[in-house]
Amino acid sequence: MAKEKLVMDVKDFTFTYVGAPKPSLKKINLPIEANKITAMIGPSGCGKSTLLRAMNRIHDLYAGNRYEGEINLYKEDGGIENILEIKRENDFIKLRQQVGMIFQKPTPFPMSIFDNVAYGLRLSGIKNKSELQDRVEAALKGAAIWNETKDRLGESALGMSGGQQQRLCIARAVALKPRVLLFDEPTSALDPISTGAIEELIAELKSEVSVVIVTHNMQQASRLSDYTAFMYLGELIEYDDTEKIFLNPSQKLTEDYITGRFG
Amino acid sequence: MNRLLLNKVILILSTVSALIGIGFLFWILATLSYKGITSIHWSTFTNDLVEGGIRNLLVGQFTMALIATVMAVPVGMMAGIYLREYGHGSKLASIIRNLSDVMMSAPSIVIGVFVYALMVDPVGTYNGWAGAVALAMMMVPIIISTTDNMLALVPQELREAGMALGGSKHKIILQIVVRAAKVGITTGILLSFARIIGETAPLLFTSANNQFFTMDLSGQFPSLTVSIYNLATYPDEASRELAWAASFILTMIVLCINLIGRFVIRNKK
Repeated sequence: MAKEKLVMDVKDFTFTYVGAPKPSLKKINLPIEANKITAMIGPSGCGKSTLLRAMNRIHDLYAGNRYEGEINLYKEDGGIENILEIKRENDFIKLRQQVGMIFQKPTPFPMSIFDNVAYGLRLSGIKNKSELQDRVEAALKGAAIWNETKDRLGESALGMSGGQQQRLCIARAVALKPRVLLFDEPTSALDPISTGAIEELIAELKSEVSVVIVTHNMQQASRLSDYTAFMYLGELIEYDDTEKIFLNPSQKLTEDYITGRFG
Repeated sequence: MNRLLLNKVILILSTVSALIGIGFLFWILATLSYKGITSIHWSTFTNDLVEGGIRNLLVGQFTMALIATVMAVPVGMMAGIYLREYGHGSKLASIIRNLSDVMMSAPSIVIGVFVYALMVDPVGTYNGWAGAVALAMMMVPIIISTTDNMLALVPQELREAGMALGGSKHKIILQIVVRAAKVGITTGILLSFARIIGETAPLLFTSANNQFFTMDLSGQFPSLTVSIYNLATYPDEASRELAWAASFILTMIVLCINLIGRFVIRNKK
């Protein structure tokens, strides 16, 4: 397997939820290649979402969770930052601007379409009106939703369809020009047509950002991703080129899961 | 056969019970409307109590209720935000939540006595500020509880999404979560306003009453509800008619606020 440029690197990562007697993730090692799509698959409760949510430290919303090991973010200037060591508010904000996240259910904020996309931009300190307008337009175009929204930017985002809302959420994340986008089962609440649109969009985004996607849908993983990680009971069982994982996995457990013998 | 019979018996019993309840309600409303409407004249609205009208009483009651709202809304909302967003799951929060629930069912006369000791006795005169504070104290626990419950309905993903865009906790709460719960909280405020506008006991010995038009809250202040209480006990026909008229108008006001509250919920959901 060819080692290319890394954007993130999970090393010996162990994660324990607050109050849990045992860690939910055990000694995970996973490289995230730049400008590729990495899929994480595995049965429910295997820890794939937990790992994804650690990668921009959304877990910190709830006090008391324990991280061990390293999750390194390779910066544009060549530096390496272990995101598990971040403590200051400002550094968190910077982290989340570099590593964005899309959730299972669309999460439009109760405000206009424009303000939804501008939300993160405003948080990052952009106040200039024309710059905001340009960035919002670029983001909506980037998320392939500009044509549907350009005439109603002032309307509430809550009036859009589920698929549109999800693309709006992608636009909102893309607006910050992140380096990594984390997708947590982004299509499981959507119909097949919306799912197709989102998948197409994710594939296009690859030229700009690195993507990590958690999915229950094995076809989606094989269609979309360059690399696939198979997780089971809090451990990373196998990580390889997607083709290899699906056609010729080296672990018996992976093969059993892929072929539907359990899960 | 037995089950069908039982079903019929229960059905009849519950229907009869419902009819009894509704019957009394309509009896009250019908009497109130009949006696109220026949007692209302144009002068009811243009004269002050001293001249047999309720103009100063309406203004006084609303003034105190509005001041109470201005005091209670920020306190209640911030406490509700604390309970749901910051103290969630902590011991202190659960104590405060329980105390607030107890306060919600505290007899309103007790709140009146408390404020009397706090704000009337020391200054030596009934005053409008004391009335407003007593009403605010009735309002706070209702607003705490609605804010708390409405924030609980906001999906957790919304907070996470705000965080994933780099928002800090207080910004997410103020800009996203509270906004998402806005309709529910507004309705709660409206309904709690409807609740206090009709209260008598907290005002009896705080604001007391005033026959004349005044906006001076440091002295006895006109109150519609206290006036109804007083007027109804007077022997003369004119006073009792005015009490009916005032009761009818008060009921209509409360009804309207409640309807607006329901209308807001239905339209925004």
